[in-house]
Amino acid sequence: MKLMWFHLMPYTELPDDFNKKHPSVWVDIHSSLFDPRRAHHMYNDFMDELEYAAECGFDAVCVNEHHSNGYGLMPSPNLIASSLARRTTDTALCVMGNSLALYNPPTRVAEEFAMIDCISGGRLIAGFPVGSPMDTCYAYGQNPSSLRERYYEAHDLVKKAWTEKETFAFSGRFNQQRYVNIWPRPIQNDPHPPIWIPGGGSIETWRWCAEMDYVYCYLSYYGYKAGLTTMQGFWNEMAKLGKDRNPYRAGFLQFVGVAESRQQALDLYSEPAEYFYGRCLHVDPRFALPPGYTTEATQRAGIEGMMTKAANLANPSTKAALKATNMKDIVDGGYVLIGSPDEVVEQVRHVGTSLNVGHLMLLLQYGNMSKDVTKYNTRLFAEKVIPKVMDLFSDWEDKWWPKPMAKGQRAAVPAFSPQLAAE
Amino acid sequence: MSELKTSTVEVNGFPCRVWTKGNGPTLGFLAGLGGLPRWLPFLDRLAEQRTVIAPSLPGYPGATGHTELDTHLDWVLAVRQLIDKSGLAGADLLGASVGGAFAAEMAAIFPAHVRKLCLIAPFGLFDDKEPAADPWAQRRDNLPGLMCADGAKWTALVAPPDGANSVEWPIEMTRASEAAARAFWPLGNTRLQKRLGLIAAPTLILWGERDAVLPPAYAKKFAAGINGSTKVQTVADAGHLAYLDQPDAVARAVLAHFA
Repeated sequence: MKLMWFHLMPYTELPDDFNKKHPSVWVDIHSSLFDPRRAHHMYNDFMDELEYAAECGFDAVCVNEHHSNGYGLMPSPNLIASSLARRTTDTALCVMGNSLALYNPPTRVAEEFAMIDCISGGRLIAGFPVGSPMDTCYAYGQNPSSLRERYYEAHDLVKKAWTEKETFAFSGRFNQQRYVNIWPRPIQNDPHPPIWIPGGGSIETWRWCAEMDYVYCYLSYYGYKAGLTTMQGFWNEMAKLGKDRNPYRAGFLQFVGVAESRQQALDLYSEPAEYFYGRCLHVDPRFALPPGYTTEATQRAGIEGMMTKAANLANPSTKAALKATNMKDIVDGGYVLIGSPDEVVEQVRHVGTSLNVGHLMLLLQYGNMSKDVTKYNTRLFAEKVIPKVMDLFSDWEDKWWPKPMAKGQRAAVPAFSPQLAAE
Repeated sequence: MSELKTSTVEVNGFPCRVWTKGNGPTLGFLAGLGGLPRWLPFLDRLAEQRTVIAPSLPGYPGATGHTELDTHLDWVLAVRQLIDKSGLAGADLLGASVGGAFAAEMAAIFPAHVRKLCLIAPFGLFDDKEPAADPWAQRRDNLPGLMCADGAKWTALVAPPDGANSVEWPIEMTRASEAAARAFWPLGNTRLQKRLGLIAAPTLILWGERDAVLPPAYAKKFAAGINGSTKVQTVADAGHLAYLDQPDAVARAVLAHFA
């Protein structure tokens, strides 16, 4: 299986009384809580952590896009990915991803992703989320009733921009461009960089991923127990559509805290986990459900209970009110895997096999976890867990992984040496 | 007074319900947020003196087709077709809230289609010094009090009637909200300001004095922008959907204006 290291880049200094004094971590979080001089250190710590994860041997480093969000400081994940392209060598760069309907014109995404692919020598995984209601409809003012139509059209445009050899005109419902001809073009051109789709639990998305042969990623913050129903739904749908059970069709997000012992893990990771599940998911429910964001088919399935709670699971704000914020419940609920290396190995193998996911995206930094603790968690996982789980699914081919240029053909990136530059 | 009649017209190939009741000269009604999930006491008051025709805009209860409408021009032309097909061309036109914005567009762009105009707290403008509330970002408990001075009036409007399909009814209510969002997201501002000067029809502007969605001060902006004769009246103890809060008072004012 592939072990991927994911950073949300949470603001780590939300006050203790945040939930009492502030209605929401997202959309209208108050500017007075943001100290740019502290954020300078946070960003640099976070980027150190991503680079460290790459050094430790994770298969990929992952970044994502959020707006007006106290737990996600990456309005532009592409900025971080471009830096990582220069400071890592062999690790895949998973941008999870760009919310296509927010870019005008959407060819901007085709261009920037092509830049990252070129700079990195073909290591890009291109994630195309619709985007959460908070990011798209509220922070960015997109119309919830046309968001999905715009998303699908933008997808068609980006894909054509990557693959069409001649300059072409695009006359869409929402986008019109006379001359589409992106420069640069991606290295991965057979036919294009791997496309992964983070989504909730809607059948339409599963069918679309199957039809397009994309990876479906379920990025819930609530762990493998809550995710089981959704992933079972996904695999049932794949079976109906005649697709194989190749676990690399799927990705899944999981929080982990590993230490020498379970008790030590609880001592180290309780505070950052409670910070995340308490403060970071404190989202005002008024931003949960803009009308039209959820398709009528998904509403119908939700009301009829045929999909259990899959649709609602995608929505962190409606869940936050119901979900645990203390460490015992967080661990019991499976949101965070905790334990000694061997205990974590056992749990990771269980997550992989029970959900049948080949791409495990790991959150090893969360909440206000310090850089030291993050690096400890990362190193221990890399040294003691990865070697004992990487064999999982070795009989399946990952057809959705980047295909970079051969190592010998890639540019040598000089080591960063500011002292010399100053001399 | 005649019985309530239900018919259907097609707009862009999608069905739109048309309700008709009453006698006398025709009066068209374009409803506000939530549309008309049920017939209203307010409409009965109007139907005592007029033939009331209430077509459902695309996406509102009894109608679909909103997802085909991508631009404001698409919406305006859909409403024009609805007005024509439900027999309202040249009639008096009453519009409230979201329906009010479209009634104003009809009078501005197709002046021969509207004899006299009445607007109840219409959408269409936005003033950042007095911002309108966001009807699509409300906690569930807050919504009734936002829509009506007496929140129970809104709750009664959208409550499923006996025998309603328990799956489809809530979807239909959400669809009405989506249809409003599709036309007016995010601020309710359709730049109607630019076209108010084209309205020549005599216009009555009614506003609930406790409107929590659109500040009552917006009434003056409409009155100042409209070219025809205008009169502004506030409705006591009424919120945004004043015709739910004060059906008798609003009906009296409307009937007097159209007389």
